[in-house]
Amino acid sequence: MTALIIILCITLLIIVAVQIGKISELAQKIRGEEEVEQEANNRSAYAMLLFLVAFMVFCIVTALYYRNYMLGYGPHESASEHGGRIDSIFNITLVITGIVFVITHIALFWFAYKYRAKKGNKVLYIPHDNKLEVIWTIIPAVVMTILVVGGLDAWNDIMADVREDEDYMEIEATGYQFAWDIRYPGADGVLGARNYKLITATNPIGQDWEDVKNLDDIKPDEIVLPVGKKVRVRITSRDVLHNFYLPHFRVKMDAVPGMPTYFVFTPTKTTAEYRAELKNYPEYQVPALAEEPNGPKLWEAFNYELACAELCGSSHFSMRKIVRIVTQDEYDAWIKTQNSFYLTAIRNTADDPFSGKALPIEMEEIKNEVPSGTSMGTDTVPAESIPVDTLNQDQK
Amino acid sequence: MATLTKIDEEKLIQEQGYNDHFHDHHHGDKYKSNFITTYIFSMDHKIIAKQFLITGMFWAIIGAGMSIIFRLQLGFPEEDYSWLRYLLGKWIVLDEAGVGSLSQEFYYALVTMHGTILVFFVLTAGLSGTFSNLLIPLQVGARDMASPLLNMMSYWFFFMAGLVMFISLFVSTGPFSGGWTAYPPLSALPQASSGSGAGMTLWLVSLVLFVVSVLLGGINYVTTVLNLRTKGMSMWRMPLTIWAFLITAIIGILSFPVLVSGFLLLILDRSLGTSFYLSEIFIGGQALDHVGGSPVLYQHLFWFLGHPEVYIIILPAMGIVSEVLSVHARKPIFGYKAMVLSILAIAFLSFIVWAHHMFMSGVNPFISNFFVLFTLIIAVPSAVKVFNWIATLYGGNIRFNSPMLFAIGFVSMFISGGLTGIFLGNSTIDIQMHDTYFVVAHFHIVMGIAAFFGMFAGIYHWFPKMYSRFMNDTLGKIHFWGTLIGAYAIFWPMHYLGIAGVPRRYYSFDTFDTFRHFGTMNQFITVAAIVVFALQLLFVVNFFYSIWKGKKVTTQNPWGATTLEWTTPITPGHGNWPGNIPAVQRWAYDYGKDGREFISQIEPLAEGEKEH
Ligand code: HEM
Ligand SMILES: [Cu+2]
Ligand SMILES: [Cu+2]
Repeated sequence: MTALIIILCITLLIIVAVQIGKISELAQKIRGEEEVEQEANNRSAYAMLLFLVAFMVFCIVTALYYRNYMLGYGPHESASEHGGRIDSIFNITLVITGIVFVITHIALFWFAYKYRAKKGNKVLYIPHDNKLEVIWTIIPAVVMTILVVGGLDAWNDIMADVREDEDYMEIEATGYQFAWDIRYPGADGVLGARNYKLITATNPIGQDWEDVKNLDDIKPDEIVLPVGKKVRVRITSRDVLHNFYLPHFRVKMDAVPGMPTYFVFTPTKTTAEYRAELKNYPEYQVPALAEEPNGPKLWEAFNYELACAELCGSSHFSMRKIVRIVTQDEYDAWIKTQNSFYLTAIRNTADDPFSGKALPIEMEEIKNEVPSGTSMGTDTVPAESIPVDTLNQDQK
Repeated sequence: MATLTKIDEEKLIQEQGYNDHFHDHHHGDKYKSNFITTYIFSMDHKIIAKQFLITGMFWAIIGAGMSIIFRLQLGFPEEDYSWLRYLLGKWIVLDEAGVGSLSQEFYYALVTMHGTILVFFVLTAGLSGTFSNLLIPLQVGARDMASPLLNMMSYWFFFMAGLVMFISLFVSTGPFSGGWTAYPPLSALPQASSGSGAGMTLWLVSLVLFVVSVLLGGINYVTTVLNLRTKGMSMWRMPLTIWAFLITAIIGILSFPVLVSGFLLLILDRSLGTSFYLSEIFIGGQALDHVGGSPVLYQHLFWFLGHPEVYIIILPAMGIVSEVLSVHARKPIFGYKAMVLSILAIAFLSFIVWAHHMFMSGVNPFISNFFVLFTLIIAVPSAVKVFNWIATLYGGNIRFNSPMLFAIGFVSMFISGGLTGIFLGNSTIDIQMHDTYFVVAHFHIVMGIAAFFGMFAGIYHWFPKMYSRFMNDTLGKIHFWGTLIGAYAIFWPMHYLGIAGVPRRYYSFDTFDTFRHFGTMNQFITVAAIVVFALQLLFVVNFFYSIWKGKKVTTQNPWGATTLEWTTPITPGHGNWPGNIPAVQRWAYDYGKDGREFISQIEPLAEGEKEH
């Protein structure tokens, strides 16, 4: 019904406009072409000026209104180490392009207004001016050089992979239609081998259980990272392209099937710290859910989020995961509560190549007297503590 | 006034012009034998231009209409769209309460079709096809294109491409829905998305037909410009429109074949089980056999065309705008040589910047260094063009009619959108901006709206040449101001969305806390889009109304322009000039020289007069 009304209104307006058009043509005939044209020309010239002013005001007002969403400003400050550099290059570019934008628009619309046709006007015959043209070739060239140098300096630092001797942790994110699968390397600090042919309903990313490095790998359903620790995310995909996108951390990288990619970053603010900052802004003092006016405020409900930024099919827009940044102590406590995926879901099932054999990882547990009849110990024992050769011999 | 009278002009053409004996050969006028050969399978470049234009307009309405439907879903997700079932059938899904909404799959199909249709059918065929055909022979002084037959085929291949794409809208699994860039594996695997089945096959067939059309047209444009220029029309005397069409055609010939080879490998992957783009994929409960391919390879091939393609779209608009600004400011275009050189520089650079679309694709970040450098270098010739357009206005005697208004609007749009390119071209900033609404704002302003403005400027300006009537100028002004303000209202706010991190191609923003706070803005954008769409309908009404009822053109050269098309009769017949082809004596921009309002290109240099 509303649609019908809107369509009717639009039709009506078009008919009205056509009538206005016809009438103005008639008026032109009656009142003499030149006079009418001169008047219309002046009106358009003033409109140019008016538009210039209105447009500039619009730009400034909206920019101020949305300033709290600007990169590196207010609550939208980056939560990662490299993010600050992106934000500042963004802002430098914003200032430079902003100046160019304002100057060129003033020139464009002001000249249009100033040099509107008047009877008997003499135009300037200036086909070119080499000096001027050289100047306005060189200035942009110099500015671009500055931006390129600054940008690439940051780019090469940000995109550099970790060095062997560096202190970092590695996690893995695997995109699939339509969610993310997160894997931590467990106590050995190494992600186990994968083979996509091994993927089944119980083994969603095709971990190779013969590789003992897999036995302690953890698969939590959120990303939890200690603040201040460099993390290398190994990014993979199981089916189509996805993109590992952490807006608050200025992290973005495609997930490509058959070709693992990576992004290295260091979180600088815990979730709690970020919330505390948001608290200072009135727009975050409102209830998070309109239906629950007494529920948590927006700032309290804040969470870092992982999104997908590469079209991957019909539910592309819903690949959400929560990211929590915590202190090192909190992280240590959290990781203790996480169980090895192998021990939880694979151990002693048909998929378990060690089925029926005692694994050193479990012996350790028993020694530690973890009160657990099953293999689901709360303390995962590093698979590294298993002498790997022994294990392999076991198998043969 | 020292302008030439019609009689003088005739005399000049007969005395100085070139007799190619055209009218001796074509006595019986075999071209006009019946309705079908005159209007449908016509080989006359002027008719073919109109065919491109009107087909382009048809697609523009379809493509823009699609955007209105998906904008409704984005702006007002809560509304009931069950009334759209009459149009879209099963693609409107009803929830338990009977509230209809656009299905996710079809939302993406609409976005994909919108992009494909506008980029290829409207802004490539509808823009370059129309004006290259109309203006190249008329402005270089040729009877017709070098090969009228290829020219006709170019249109009909375009028509077939459109037909196949149109059919794809109605297949039961839906049209292709993986984005206009059609990245595999999504586009390669029917298991990945229902649109990647029959819809994608038709999409590929359609675009291959389309490329054939572009190549046939392009070869013709290049040949005509290089070989059929009239006596005296040296390259440096060509109007900037012709330079733009020539370079556009060359870029197209060099880059579209690469797209076809990219498509060919995709077709092989889809149908013969090859693994060019596919590797280690588990989908639909099954591990596929493909190993060793790379989806990134497709992206290289696609963007090797894709980036030049955006210049294929914008260069003709730039040419048109240069011409229109100069004619209606009654002043020579400022820095003609610099304008030509910057077109050449942009064309050359456009081939070595493609990977700026792939900074975040997993290519080696070291390689990106070069692409950042070349990409930001493109900003220099672009800036030169902008400064020259502005300088053209300086000291002019500006007539604000519809074509001029759109030309000025073009410059504004090109500035706004070009400047955001500088953010995106800087890979460091692109980490955050890639695949957000910032990119959507960038390319709609710099390419979408700017190219449309160039097209409108051209249509209003050359309508008298096409149909011997004027379009209504008052309606044109309403169209212009509404579209200028409306287009900024749609796309300016998208910058803020992008800066806030909101990704593009999201069916709904509600899943994420970070992205969901812009409901009002999204509503505003949708309303603005509906208004702008309605204004384009007004343009269409004006267009068709004016064909039959517009004010008649009574003089041969209504704008007082220097170029050759205005030396033809008001309604030029086949062969364009009734007698000899005029000879060219000077460049195309003698406006306001020696106190004269304009001097036609066919007027010989006076005693002691220097050419600009
Ligand atoms: C100053 C010059 C320009 C620069 C530096 C520039 C830079 C860029 C960059 C880096 C991107 C990729 C953004 C991303 O996906 O993250 C981009 C996207 C795009 N640009 Fe530009 N651009 C410029 C001018 C233009 C012009 C003149 C056009 C068209 C006429 C254009 C059309 C596009 C299109 C269509 C896309 C998006 C394609 C897509 O992903 O769907 N750009 N531009
Ligand atoms: Cu996705
Ligand atoms: Cu590009």
